[in-house]
Amino acid sequence: MAPLLEVRNLTVAFDTPSGTVHAVNDVSYTIEEGETLGIVGESGSGKSVHALSMVGLIATPPGRIVRGEVVFNGRDLLKLSQRELLDLRGKEIGFVFQDPMTSLNPVLTVERQIAEPLKRHFGMTSAQARARVIELLELVGIPDAARRAGQYPHEFSGGMRQRVMIAIGISCNPKLLIADEATTALDVTVQAQILDLVRDLKRKIGTTVIWITHDMGVVAGLADTVQVMYGGRIMERGPVRSVFHDPRSAYTWGLLKSLPHGGKRGVTRLYQIPGNPPDLTRDPIGDPFAPRNPFATDRCKVETPPLVDAADSVAGHKVAAWYDLRAALATQEARP
Amino acid sequence: MSETLSARQQPLVSVNRLCKTYGGEKSFFGGATPLLKAVNNVSFEIAAGETLGLVGESGSGKSTTGRVLLQLEQPTSGEISFKGNNITGLSKPMLKPYRRDMQIIFQDPYASLNPRMTVGEFVGEPLDVHRLATSRSEREDRVAGLFRKVGLDPAFMKRYPHEFSGGQRQRVNIARAIALDPAFIVADEPITALDVSIQAQIVNLFQDLQDELGLTYLFIAHDLSMIRYLCHRVAVMLRGRIVEVGPCEAIFENPQHPYTRALLSAIPVPDPDIERNRRPVSFDVNANIPPEAAVLRPVGEGHFVLEA
Repeated sequence: MAPLLEVRNLTVAFDTPSGTVHAVNDVSYTIEEGETLGIVGESGSGKSVHALSMVGLIATPPGRIVRGEVVFNGRDLLKLSQRELLDLRGKEIGFVFQDPMTSLNPVLTVERQIAEPLKRHFGMTSAQARARVIELLELVGIPDAARRAGQYPHEFSGGMRQRVMIAIGISCNPKLLIADEATTALDVTVQAQILDLVRDLKRKIGTTVIWITHDMGVVAGLADTVQVMYGGRIMERGPVRSVFHDPRSAYTWGLLKSLPHGGKRGVTRLYQIPGNPPDLTRDPIGDPFAPRNPFATDRCKVETPPLVDAADSVAGHKVAAWYDLRAALATQEARP
Repeated sequence: MSETLSARQQPLVSVNRLCKTYGGEKSFFGGATPLLKAVNNVSFEIAAGETLGLVGESGSGKSTTGRVLLQLEQPTSGEISFKGNNITGLSKPMLKPYRRDMQIIFQDPYASLNPRMTVGEFVGEPLDVHRLATSRSEREDRVAGLFRKVGLDPAFMKRYPHEFSGGQRQRVNIARAIALDPAFIVADEPITALDVSIQAQIVNLFQDLQDELGLTYLFIAHDLSMIRYLCHRVAVMLRGRIVEVGPCEAIFENPQHPYTRALLSAIPVPDPDIERNRRPVSFDVNANIPPEAAVLRPVGEGHFVLEA
C-alpha cells in the first residue's frame, strides 16, 4: 500500500538580509496510515518549517521551496494552487499549534471557531455544525460542552484552550493531524492530561499523526516512529524503541544522555553537548552536527552523510552518520 | 519551621509570612476589583551557599515571590531579611548596597538583553553604576574575566546580542548577574527558553559558579525535572502557598502532598518502555486550592507538608 505521505528531497530556504538561511535540507521520509510520527528537534532544526512548508503555510518571500515533492494521498502538495490548499487544510490535514492563546480568535465564541471549517468544507448548516461542535468538545474532554461552546477563549484555562485547538484540528476527520509543539506552552500536569487525550483519540479515531516537539519524553510515550532532526536534516529515524535504546546518531545519543535521569546534586554531573546550534546561513555542507560531535571524523566536515539503514538494527532504523557510534562508544569505554 | 533552621545558623535570606495581593481597589462606581492573593503567607529561609528550588505551575506565585524577595515589588505584608537585616520597604538609596549583593536572571535571554548595547557594555554596566572600575582598562579586564567565568570568549565583547544563540545570551546575562560579586541570585526559569542540548550546559554552569564563588540561589522552575541536579532543598508552590518543602531527596523519594506527587509523575520519561505504561497522577488544581487555615506540619527532618 502506498504511504499516506511521502516527502522527497524537500529543501526550503529563506532569503534574509543577513544571507540565505538553509532551513530544511533534502528531507525525505514516509508516513503510513495510522502511524504516529514523532519529530524531535531544537529551534532551527527545520522540524516546524518543513511541516508548514508542506502545506503552503510559510511566507514566500522570504521563504522559498528550493526543490522537493510532498505526495499526500497521491497528489503533490507543492504543485497545488492556493485555492486547492485552502480546500485541503483543515479538511484532509488538521493542525494544532503551540500557543492556544494566539491561535484562537479572542472575539469569536469557541463554537464559531470550531464550526468554521465544518461549514466551509462540508457546507453544514449552523444547527448541524452546532451538534458536531458539542460532540467534538465532549470527545476532547470538555465538560458541560453545550454551555461551554458559547463561551469565548478567555473563559477557558490554558489546558482547556488546547483541547479546543485539538477539537478544531480533528473537526473534519482529517487523514493527517500535524501537532507542532502542541503541549509546550502548558503546565506539566496539564500536558500529561493532553497527552493522555491524544493517545485516547488515536484509539478512538485512528488518525495519522505527526507530533513535532523538542521533548524526547513526550515522543517516547506517543510515537511509533521517531525522527530526529538537526540543522535542517534528518539525523536518525526509526521505531521508537530502537532509536531510544540503541541510538546510532551522536546527536540522538547526546540528547538522551543530557536529560536528567534521576541523578543527584553533587553526585552526578549532567552530560552536556558542547558548542552551540549551527549557523544556518552557512552552506549546508557536511554533517551539521560535526562541530559539536566528539566522534566526528574528517569526512563528516566535508561530505554530507546520507540517511541509510543502521547496521544490525531493526527494519526502518536509519541514520545519517559517517562515524560508527557503537564502535566509538566501545573504544571510549575501553580507554582507562 | 523557622526555629529549626535558625538553631543551626543564621540564614542568608529569610522570608517571613510574605503576602502579595493584587487588585481589591475600589473602582469609580464603588465596586472592588477582584482580590488575587498571588503570594499567600509564604515563609522560608535559604542558608549561605545553598540552592533552594521554588517549583510551581503558572499562577502559583513563584515568580512574584522572587520579585518581591528582591524588592522589585513591595510586599503587601510580611518581612524579608538579608544577612539578618530587615530590608522590607527600604527606600531606594537605603536599598542600593543590598542590590549589589542580590541579583536576578530572567527566563528569556532575548528580552533581557539590550539590543543596542554590545554585550561587553551590558556586562560592565553594573560596574559603572556602582563605580567599581576606576579606569577603562580595568573595566575591560574585569568584563573579560567575567566572560571567561561563564564560558564565553572575551573576543565577543564588542558584539551585539543578535549575533548570539540563546545559550550564549543566557551566559551573557549570567556574567552581568555575577559582575558585582553578589551573594545571592534569584534565577527565574533560566533554562526554560533554551534548547534541550543547551540546558545541561547552563545547569552545569550554575553549579560551577556556586562551587567557585559560594553563591546562594533561589532557583525558580515550573517543573521538577532539573531540580535534583541543582538544589539542596525544594519548596513546591500552589496558588500562592507553599504546600511542601524539604530536602531534595525527601521530596523526590517521599513526596507527601498530592500536588507534589502529580508534578513528579507529570515529567515525561524519555524511555518508551516506561513512558508507555505510566499513568500520571492527576490533580485538579481548582478543586484542591489549599484552605486558608492549613499550616505546614513536619513529616521528617526539615520536611514540611501543608495540612488543613
